[in-house]
Amino acid sequence: MNIVLNNGSETPLYKQIYEQLRSQIIKGELEGSYCLPPIRSVALELRVSVITVKKAWEELEREGLIYTVTGRGCFVAPHKEPELADRRFELAEAELRAALERAVSLGLSDSEIRALLEKLLG
Amino acid sequence: MAILKVRNLTKRYESFTLDGVSFDLDEGYIMGFIGRNGAGKTTTLKSMLGLVHPDSGEVEICGLDFKSKELQCKREIGFVLGGFDFYLKRRLSAISAVERRFYPEWDEAGYREYLRRFELDENKKVEELSEGMKVKFSLALALSRRARLLILDEPTSGLDPVSRDELLQIFRKVIEDGGHSVLFSTHITSDLEKCADFITYIKDGKIVKSCEREDFIDSYIAVSGRAEQLDEGLKQNLIGYKQNAFGFTGLALAEKRELLSSLQTARPDIETIMIYSEEPSDSEVRI
Repeated sequence: MNIVLNNGSETPLYKQIYEQLRSQIIKGELEGSYCLPPIRSVALELRVSVITVKKAWEELEREGLIYTVTGRGCFVAPHKEPELADRRFELAEAELRAALERAVSLGLSDSEIRALLEKLLG
Repeated sequence: MAILKVRNLTKRYESFTLDGVSFDLDEGYIMGFIGRNGAGKTTTLKSMLGLVHPDSGEVEICGLDFKSKELQCKREIGFVLGGFDFYLKRRLSAISAVERRFYPEWDEAGYREYLRRFELDENKKVEELSEGMKVKFSLALALSRRARLLILDEPTSGLDPVSRDELLQIFRKVIEDGGHSVLFSTHITSDLEKCADFITYIKDGKIVKSCEREDFIDSYIAVSGRAEQLDEGLKQNLIGYKQNAFGFTGLALAEKRELLSSLQTARPDIETIMIYSEEPSDSEVRI
């Protein structure tokens, strides 16, 4: 489990934690039934407030990426690979869509955007 | 469970009224208490602790009524109001010896551990301690007599950034077990962004908001736009704004987001929220 926070970012800290863990889970880097460390230890370790971590965990739980066993802690939910692949696609699509909207708002045409994407892909 | 409940705390002075202050703090969390100088932060803290006698209102500590169970309540509380500026010539060991005698629940092993962790030398005299060390010594004393609710009035003011960071980490460490809570007032809003779970904002003796920090921030939006966009209609929807030669910046409640779609919006920081809430009208400063 890796979390690197950027204090200068406009993205709230809980969201940064949530997004980083989400991508580690859907990339399969954190396997099913992996036990997440206790919320309070993570807060102390990352030097953030307890609620910041709690909120990140709640978001992950709402998305079904982790689950809580009362008294034992939080665990990564078991997922099958096709399911994870779907999640990766969904996430990438959302990110690309946002980037596309920005490019359109800058006045680029479809063919210009296509050419740009080709170029970036190398 | 609430470790602290404050209900309708009211205290009237000739030129200032603390007006129906209410908020709760749960066990295991840190709350930042913010407001301008003179807004009522210290009066609130002192009224809670019985150092100022409120005209009305109730305070509960760990479910106990403060007025009728003052001694029991005070055992649960450790407070640091202002600097440690008494017994300046005495060694720390002499001061802890006094405390030890007053509190039967004194935890000597714990005290030794706090001295070690906070890097305090018991042979030093109070006057030889830096401001940060004084706060840490006060905390060590409070924690050693097993206080569960720590109340501090501007503990980080006057500390350099490194000592401040160290103190905030001590706060986080103190609440890690889930059984302790910290309530501290501050002007340094970046301290809150680093460690506060909850924020209580007081203005002119009244509580503006008391809630989770992220919810506090998310209930506002910062806006900016060109000068001609700032018409009377828009002004009505802003909590505050500042004009300059090139445009304006302002603050609004997040629920008005739809009305502000033509403007640039951003997530404000706590400092921005305070500045626009406190100076709503356009008090122009000419240089």
